[in-house]
This record gives sequence, C-alpha cells and structure tokens, in this order.
Amino acid sequence: MNMKRGLKIGISAMIVLGSLFLLQRLLMPKYVDDIVEGAMVAEYYQEEKDHDVLFVGDCEVYENFSPIVLWEEYGINSYIRGSAEQYIWQSYYLLEDALRYETPQAVVFNIQSLQFSESQREAYNRMSLEGMEWSPVKVKAILASMREEEHFLDYVFPILRYHSRWSELTEADVMYMFRTKKVSHNGYYMRVDVRPAEDVPEGKPLADYSFGENAWKYLDMMADLCEEKGIQLVFIKAPSLYPYWYPEWEEQVEAYAAERNLPYINFLELQEETGIDYTTDTYDGGLHMNLSGAEKLSRYFGRYLSEEIGLPDRRDETELAAVWKEKIAAYEAEKQAQYAYYGIEKES
Amino acid sequence: MFFTSYEFFGFLTVLFLVYYLLPKRCQQPLLLAASYVFYAAAGLSGLLYILATTVTVYFAGLRIGDNLKRQSAYLKARKAELDKEQKRAYKESQMHVRRRWLVGCLLLNLAILAVVKYANFFIANVNSILSAFGGGGELSFLSLALPLGISFYTFQSIGYLIDVYRGTAPAEKNLMRFALFVSFFPQLIQGPISRYGDLSETLCQPHAFTSRQFCFGLQRMLWGYFKKLVVADRVLAAVSTITGDQMTGGYVLAGMVLYTLELYADFTGGIDIAIGVAEALGITVQENFHRPYFSKSLKEYWRRWHISMCSWFRDYLFYPLSTSKPMQRFTRFARKRFGEKVGRRMPVYIATFVVWFATGVWHGANWNFIVWGLCNFAVLMISEELEPLYSRFHQRFAVGGQSWYKFFRVGRTFLLICVLNLFDCYPTLSGTFGAFASIFTAGNWSVLWDGSLLSIGLSALDYGILAIGTAVMLGVSLVQRSGGVREKIAAKPYPVRFVLWYGLFLAVLLAGAYGVGYDASQFIYNQF
Repeated sequence: MNMKRGLKIGISAMIVLGSLFLLQRLLMPKYVDDIVEGAMVAEYYQEEKDHDVLFVGDCEVYENFSPIVLWEEYGINSYIRGSAEQYIWQSYYLLEDALRYETPQAVVFNIQSLQFSESQREAYNRMSLEGMEWSPVKVKAILASMREEEHFLDYVFPILRYHSRWSELTEADVMYMFRTKKVSHNGYYMRVDVRPAEDVPEGKPLADYSFGENAWKYLDMMADLCEEKGIQLVFIKAPSLYPYWYPEWEEQVEAYAAERNLPYINFLELQEETGIDYTTDTYDGGLHMNLSGAEKLSRYFGRYLSEEIGLPDRRDETELAAVWKEKIAAYEAEKQAQYAYYGIEKES
Repeated sequence: MFFTSYEFFGFLTVLFLVYYLLPKRCQQPLLLAASYVFYAAAGLSGLLYILATTVTVYFAGLRIGDNLKRQSAYLKARKAELDKEQKRAYKESQMHVRRRWLVGCLLLNLAILAVVKYANFFIANVNSILSAFGGGGELSFLSLALPLGISFYTFQSIGYLIDVYRGTAPAEKNLMRFALFVSFFPQLIQGPISRYGDLSETLCQPHAFTSRQFCFGLQRMLWGYFKKLVVADRVLAAVSTITGDQMTGGYVLAGMVLYTLELYADFTGGIDIAIGVAEALGITVQENFHRPYFSKSLKEYWRRWHISMCSWFRDYLFYPLSTSKPMQRFTRFARKRFGEKVGRRMPVYIATFVVWFATGVWHGANWNFIVWGLCNFAVLMISEELEPLYSRFHQRFAVGGQSWYKFFRVGRTFLLICVLNLFDCYPTLSGTFGAFASIFTAGNWSVLWDGSLLSIGLSALDYGILAIGTAVMLGVSLVQRSGGVREKIAAKPYPVRFVLWYGLFLAVLLAGAYGVGYDASQFIYNQF
C-alpha cells in the first residue's frame, strides 16, 4: 500500500515538475527575432574565455564596436558583454561574472550609463540579467537591479514572470525551447542600414547634473576590481549623438579618470580622427553606429588598444585563428544577408 | 502582506512546517506570534490599535464575567434570606455595574474606530458646512493611517463582550487565547467576523496533522486564488477604466455587471483563502457566503452574502434595538397613534433603518456607502410593503414554482445588486447618480456589442478567460447545492482528482492576473 502511494506521489511529482519545466521553457522570451538584445548576455558562456579585452556597457558598446575588425586588423581577441540600457551595476556584475572565467588585459567601459543611479525599466533588467548563469554574482546583480514592482522569486522561477505570455507565443518559442541561435558576433549587434543623423535634439537643461551615488559606487567598485586583478580599465564615451552627453557630465568623468589615473576617450570629440560620418555611419539617426560606423570606430580604437594599452596580436595562434575564421565567415554571411534584406548594394 | 504576495506564501510555508513540527502545546503561542507578525507587516502602528482593543475588551470581559459570577454566588448564598424584590434589586444594581463596563469599553473601542476611520469624513463634512455658510476657518485633516481590518476585529471583539455581558459566552481568562481570537490572521483583514463561541474552541484545541484536512485547506485556498487572480483581478482593469474615465451609458451597464462579478470573485475568493488557511491549520472558520447570486430577492441575498456581518448586525444591533425599552414604549405609542397594523411594523422599520445606516457607515467613511445602505433599506422595506400584492399575484397566477419564474427572480435580484453596487464603484454620490442616469440617457447601448468593450482594458482573450472563469464558478455553485465539491472530488479516482486540482493550479498560474504588468490589487474588503 505504502509503495503504491509512494509511486503515485512520485509519478505526480514528476508530471508536475516536468510540465512546469516545459511550460517555463516555452513561455520565456527567446530573443531570437526583433529584440535580440536579451539573448546576448547568455552567448558569452558558449565562448572560449581567453579574451584580451572585454567591453562592458549598454548599446553604445554592443552596436558601436566590432570585435571582428579588432581581430582582423590587430589580432585582438575581444568580447562585448553588453545589453540594452545595461546599467552600471549590471556592467559591474557582468564583469565580475566574466572574471570568474578569465582575466583579460583590459576592460573597456562606456560611461553613458553613469546617468542612471537606479533601474529605469524592468524589461531592461530582464534582458541584462536573465542570460547570466546562476552564481552569487547573479544574485547580487538581481538584488542591485530590482525595481519596486519586481520580485527575486520571479528571476528564480521565470514562469511566474512570463505566465501570461501564452497568448503571444510564436513558432520561435517552440523552435527555440531547448536551443538558441547566435544573435551577435562576440557581443556585437550588426546593423547595415543607414539613417543619417538629422535634427539631433539638444539636451534639455537638467536640475542636477551630478551622477547619482549608486552610479559612483559601482564605478568605484569597477575601478577597484580591475586594479585588484591587474586589469587596465579604459573609459570611453561612444560617438552616439543621442541621448545627449552634457559637458557637466564630461567634466565629472574627466575628473574621476584623472583622479584614478585611468584613460578616458570621448569619441564624440574624435569625429575627424575616427572618420565617422553621421550621414552614412548610423542606422537610427545618430543613436547607434551601423556596420560602417562600428568598423571605423573599431579600426581607430584597435590601434589605441594595440599601441597604447599594449594588447598583443594573436593572429598567429593557430587554434584561435581557426575559431575566428568561423566567426568571420558568420559575420560576412550576416553582412550579405542584411545587405540583401535592406536592399543595399555592396561589393562582397 | 497581501494574501496574493510571495511573502505570504513564504510566511505560510514556514508557519505550516513549524506548526505541525512543534509540540502541540506550542501551537497557540505560535499562531498568536504569527498573527502579530502578519499584522505588523502592514505597519507597526496598526499593532498598537489591535493590542489596545485586545487588552481593553479582555479586561472588560473579565470584569463583567467576575461580576456575573459574584452575583450568582451571592444569590446562591443568600437564596433563603432575600425575597424576590431584594433579589431583583440586587440583580439590577449588578447589571448597572456590568453595563458600565460594557458601555465604557464599547465607547472606547468605537471611539478608536471612529477617530481612525471616520474623523476625516466628519471634518470634511464640517468644512463643507462651514464653507456653505461662508465660514472662514477650515478644520485640518488628521493624518492617521487606517489600521488593517480594524472594522473586522473591533466588531468581533465587541460581539464577544456583548456575549459575555448577556451571559451567552464565558469571559475568557487566558489573555493569550483571547488575543488569538481577536487577531487570528487568516480572518483578520476581511473576515468572517467570528463569534467567540464558534471560534475559540477550535482555535485553541491542539491540532494533529491530517493529510486530508491539510489538502482540503490547500484546495480551498487554490479555489480562492482562482477567483481572485483569474477572475477578480482581471475585471479590475475594465472597471477602473469605466469609472475612472467617467464613461457613460452602455459602459456603465457593462461596468456594473463586471464590478458585481469582481466583487463576488474578490470577496468570496479572499474568504476561501482565509477559510482554507485556517482549515490547513486544523481550525474551522464559519462560512461567509451561501451562493448569494442565486438569491431570488434582496432579503434572501442579505442572508447569503457576508453572512457573518449581517448576522452580527442582526444579533448585536437589530434585536437589542427593536426589543429595547424605548422601542417598546414607541411601539405602544405607534399602535395607538397609527393603528395596530402600522404601529406593529414601525419599530422593525426603525431598527432596520438604523442597521442599514450602520452597515453603510461600517463599509466606509463616505456618503456613497451611507446612501448605499439606505437604498438597501428602501428596497427591502418597499418589498415588505408590497408583500400582500405579491401574495395576491401568486394566488392569481401560479408561476411561483415554475423554473422560468425562478430564473426571472434570480436575474432581477442580480440586476438590483448590480445597480446598488454602483455606489461602491464611484467615489461621489453625484458621480454614482450621474452614471446611473446615463444608462438611460446616453443612448449608446450599442457599445455592448459593437466591439467598444475591447477598449476598456480587456482583450477578447480576457473576456474568454472571464467567461470560462465565471462558468466554472457557476458550475461549482450548482454542484455545491448537493454537497461539498471537495468531498465529491475526493471520492473520484486519483487520476481524476490529480487532473482537476493540477488543472486548477495551472489555471491560476497561467491565467492569473499577477506579477509585473498587472496592478497588484489588494482585496476590496481589506479597506473596510
């Protein structure tokens, strides 16, 4: 009798847990169509983790720098750990997470996210955090990011968050229940289309230009972490024209970089040197670079990383070169696919 | 800590484990501690109010109980010495003592309730009057947070004290037991308003774990969550849109039906959760609803809806008032003045009026609630007065036993409840009457079928879920007429039980309106 009861409970538990697991897999967003940014953070774990430089930050890194160019032209093995509106504490924890696997020679952080001292939207938290593998670092990242309406338990059991998504399921949700497809090129999100920057709005005056306490705290933590690990931290401001980058913000970053003796490059001031042309090098009116802009920027920045930071040229490493050969092929294939999709004629 | 919060589930999980693992003698103190933790989660200041009520009612109850005992012992000891008149005089003198304790304690607790719940309503009205008469100064509002469930625990405590005063319940000597009776967390915030005689024994008995009772408790909770999360919270968005955007006509018609559905699913769902939690702890809490929307008249509805509140008003206000000496004197006067027929009914009507006024006030510090109470009174009294007419109609046409007529009566009562619920939907009387009038004047009933109702916060899918949810609730109510649903399911083979309960769980999990993207809403009756 007891055995029969035990069997009944065991089978029921298996059905319950199994079906809940399947439902969770089905209902979670797959980020393979349209908004692919949510899939980028997870892609890092499929990589060989032996990078010379890691980029951390928001769309101003994952849309503006091409690791393929850095490899092809300077032999720099790089990866971008970025996601949409990635807040500075998320960048910090994604860096800390990456340092569990590897210690790059340099870390590049785009300082645009200093403007935020608290999370702005739950959707961005989800896109930055869900792809992280579970570790104490992820727990800290979630706790640092959660907005008032969010619950930690929803991150542990995403079915609680996405329970009502059944009404918007697509074929992709079934297709990618247990597998995923690459959406980036070492964290780079490619766009080849062009929309010139015209009538970029001026920034509205702010009541207070000081960065928030929380933003400074995580900037300090990032600088300390890199120092402790012997990593060269480089601050950059990508050449995105909007959101507006205030001179008052620039002053604060310059002062901080000088105080900590860290390099800071503001690409907004290097239009001539980088060759960025805002009529051809942006796909959304100046917010983000398109492929052309990202490649120009990478060429310029690769030289800096190579010459000033001293990152090695590793193109002669056979195994690594073979890996990159595949990546380049995928990169070129997507380039051609996008040219075809957007009806752009380019020489292949 | 809402019943629908993750914190509550964590709290319950820990409580269930500790409750059944600890020695049984620890169950009572544990429940009391858990109740205070639950209450304190809503704000520590609220804890002071409930402690004040607990302590004052406990001591007053002790005093009254002691006095009754002393009186009984005194009379017993002097049975032979005292004549009838002396005994009566002694009893009366003691009654005065007890009454002083009763009235003093009632006034104190009602004053607390009045200040925290009604002071600002009173101030607002005084200010309106001052302003109407061109008065200069305005009274400032008090910034007092309304303690959670204050109407419920105050009424429950008062009920106990009156029972002790009447000698129908013994005075509780154990402060912890009494405190647990006042603060037992599942019923603390929205009832039922339990009687001491019903609850104290089951509350204070040691409870051994039985899987059947525990599972029944969880099943009842799950059913409550289905009503609350799948139905009530889904309707909420539409009702808020209709009332908030001051929509008119057909929208109001749809809104009042939707709100009536929401109110049922919300309140009965909350009570299901409360009863289910108590049941899982081995404690039996009285039912508060008896399929109210199957009522064929408003009078019947009020016997089947919020039963504990209605019976409280009946036992502690209506009966004492209608049988009080001043009322008896008034009855004699009315019979002489207005004749036997009218004079006999007048005290009942006056007591009923007071009860419905009080019921309105109890629901909230707002004229809407007061007028809602008085409208209920008016409908009930008109029905009462028209009773002879109904009788004649039924003598003439034998339709009373026919199904279609029963359906008609149920539908008519439901519609009446929908209309009365409008007072609950709108914050002001002018808003309520304006919305009601617009049903007949806006001339836009076509919104009910032309797709406009898809723009009030509910998609076609939401309506589908609501239709299924309502059908399930209706089905369960129909099955309930011939006995408990859980008992019937428990008699089925295991695979059938598993599919039914797991299906209900999945329905709550997948179709529940909870989490990010939905407004976390507390239960409607929490605010009372």
